[in-house]
Amino acid sequence: MNKRNIKINVEYLTRVEGHGNIVVDVKEGKLHMCNLEIVESPRFFEAMLRGRTVFEAQHITSRICGICSCGHTLASIAAAEDALGFVPSEQTIALRKLLLHYEMLDSHILHIYLLVAPDVLGVKSFVPLIDTHNKVVRRALRMKKTCNDVCDILVGRHVHPISAIAGGFTKLPRQKDLDDMLNMLEGMRPDMEATLELFKTVKLPEFERDTEYVALVSDNGEYPLLSGDLGSTDGVRMPRQDYRKMTNEFVVSHSSAKHTKLSRDSFAVGALARLNLNYDKLHPKAKAAAEAIGLKPKCTNPYMNTAAQLVECVHCLEDAIEIISNLKAKGVNYDEEILVGVNEQNKIPVKAGRGVGAVEVPRGILYHEYEIDETGRIVHANCIIPTNQNTNNIEHDMRKLVPEIMGKSDEEITLALEMLVRAYDPCISCSTHFLDVKFVNR
Amino acid sequence: MKKPKVAFFDFACCEGCQLQVANLGEQLLDVLGAIDVVEFREVMSEKWDKDYDVAIIEGSITDEHAVERIKKIRQRSKVLIAYGSCATIGGVNGMKNGFDLEDAGKYVYGKDYKFFPTIKTHAVHQVVPVDYFVNGCPIYQPELVAVLKAALQGIPYYVPDYAVCVECKLNENVCMYQRGVACMGPVTKAGCNSWCINNGNICYGCRGILSNPNESGAKDVIAKYSIPMDMVMNKMNMYNKCRELGENE
Repeated sequence: MNKRNIKINVEYLTRVEGHGNIVVDVKEGKLHMCNLEIVESPRFFEAMLRGRTVFEAQHITSRICGICSCGHTLASIAAAEDALGFVPSEQTIALRKLLLHYEMLDSHILHIYLLVAPDVLGVKSFVPLIDTHNKVVRRALRMKKTCNDVCDILVGRHVHPISAIAGGFTKLPRQKDLDDMLNMLEGMRPDMEATLELFKTVKLPEFERDTEYVALVSDNGEYPLLSGDLGSTDGVRMPRQDYRKMTNEFVVSHSSAKHTKLSRDSFAVGALARLNLNYDKLHPKAKAAAEAIGLKPKCTNPYMNTAAQLVECVHCLEDAIEIISNLKAKGVNYDEEILVGVNEQNKIPVKAGRGVGAVEVPRGILYHEYEIDETGRIVHANCIIPTNQNTNNIEHDMRKLVPEIMGKSDEEITLALEMLVRAYDPCISCSTHFLDVKFVNR
Repeated sequence: MKKPKVAFFDFACCEGCQLQVANLGEQLLDVLGAIDVVEFREVMSEKWDKDYDVAIIEGSITDEHAVERIKKIRQRSKVLIAYGSCATIGGVNGMKNGFDLEDAGKYVYGKDYKFFPTIKTHAVHQVVPVDYFVNGCPIYQPELVAVLKAALQGIPYYVPDYAVCVECKLNENVCMYQRGVACMGPVTKAGCNSWCINNGNICYGCRGILSNPNESGAKDVIAKYSIPMDMVMNKMNMYNKCRELGENE
């Protein structure tokens, strides 16, 4: 068996006409090549931002990704406000945290139910599950709809939020809005418990590879998502302005997508990384959920990223409920409602500068950086998405995994690799598309 | 009755419009009950090798490979629907057309820019004939359902060709110009129920320019509020840059 030849070539189209492959080449039992290529969509956003005012950046960059549009919105706003030297109010920060919780919940639920569940249940997509597991599908869609509905109330819609802009919110939730959101979120609790129960019966593949985990860190007691320093499990800590030292992008010969590394060969970002660095700061109910599904830090099984997402779902749900309860108790200050054309009326003083936003979005840290001139126009823009930071780590995982499972069939190896990539939740369409498999030379 | 075979495809876009479909929630199951979805990359990995009754296209055409791919899909489809601004008017991808393409490539990808061959951004109807349009960034879900119903019955759907201002007035919003801000509402097609203005933002023109906009009226408004022309053009070009290309160019 160990003199075997294996050639696996998984080809897929990425989100937008880019391409990516899993290429595995084993000759006489020796691993020659095991690469993952992910090419980001060539839509030239960073080029298109040049000449635009920094106040338009949120609207434009949220269109980078429909799934993460709230995440891009928050990273973009953070970078813009950093460049302008603008400090948002306490109320604005609370509402942004709420928005980020909604995004996290929505995205994680989509991943757990629509992408991972079919693998675990041995089907190709959620569609056959409509017949075989109708209750589960309905629960998933119901939870997803709730996330969507609370987002509609808070920012107008989930895909490309309307009212969250640099400077604050153009529309603030009314008393009834707060009540509605609270009702919907509290109403989601039974479904969340049912999800947890379901997850207890799921067995994820066993595989360990110790790596460096990177996430936002802070000195206060809050689970850091919207702000904080950049930290790693290898003890690195630096301010977000130094993000380029954190990501160290480099070019590799087999891929036109840039790779990243920090203290060792590769690093990982995302739910598992956040949990490994900030477990103690999770909501008590989230910690209880982690214990119930057997997840404790430091966990080095990348397949457990999905479990970490579920734990974060519990955290985000409970913390969102607390944020709204606090807003209700304090009362919303409607004088803070801002006009969208703040720049046209010079409501926020504009100066030349450079700003960095680092926000934990569902798949890991998202960086936006803008350099603006004295009129507030963007002269330079850079975005680094979480998937690009994880690519190198996934490759290193695959290189350790393949020799360990070489005795299995092609189909089993391919599924294990696909599930591994999917666990990182690189992006919905990419991971769905990994199911197109080509075997060569068998 | 045999259910129509429907396929969803994406080109250069953010996939937010597909997500709008997924976000129908349990209503999605009703839609799925009326049609037979044979391809939908965001949620399925199944493939279909025969003709489509309806092909639903998201995204802009931005490279030669995409031109060939959309032509092939058109050949296999009885009805073709373009949905979302990227597909119907080019959308934000069109801003690229304001730059030298090689320069834009070098700026983002450095010396590796040739790995990412690109052409000027085109809306779908600028490459192949389109039967139905669902405008918006993202699409407005009730309109998608209305268009689907029309398409499945084989009757036309008329995109409102009056200004967003009409809906905005009905929603009793204070005019953005009166608040001192330039808004694209007066020249943009309605049909979104003035979604953005209802939420305190301006209209960005994502549904496309009216076929017969009141130009002199717009000029009067722009002059009355002393809004710099380059700012107005910049706003116009955020979504509507591709209009400069014309049909089948």
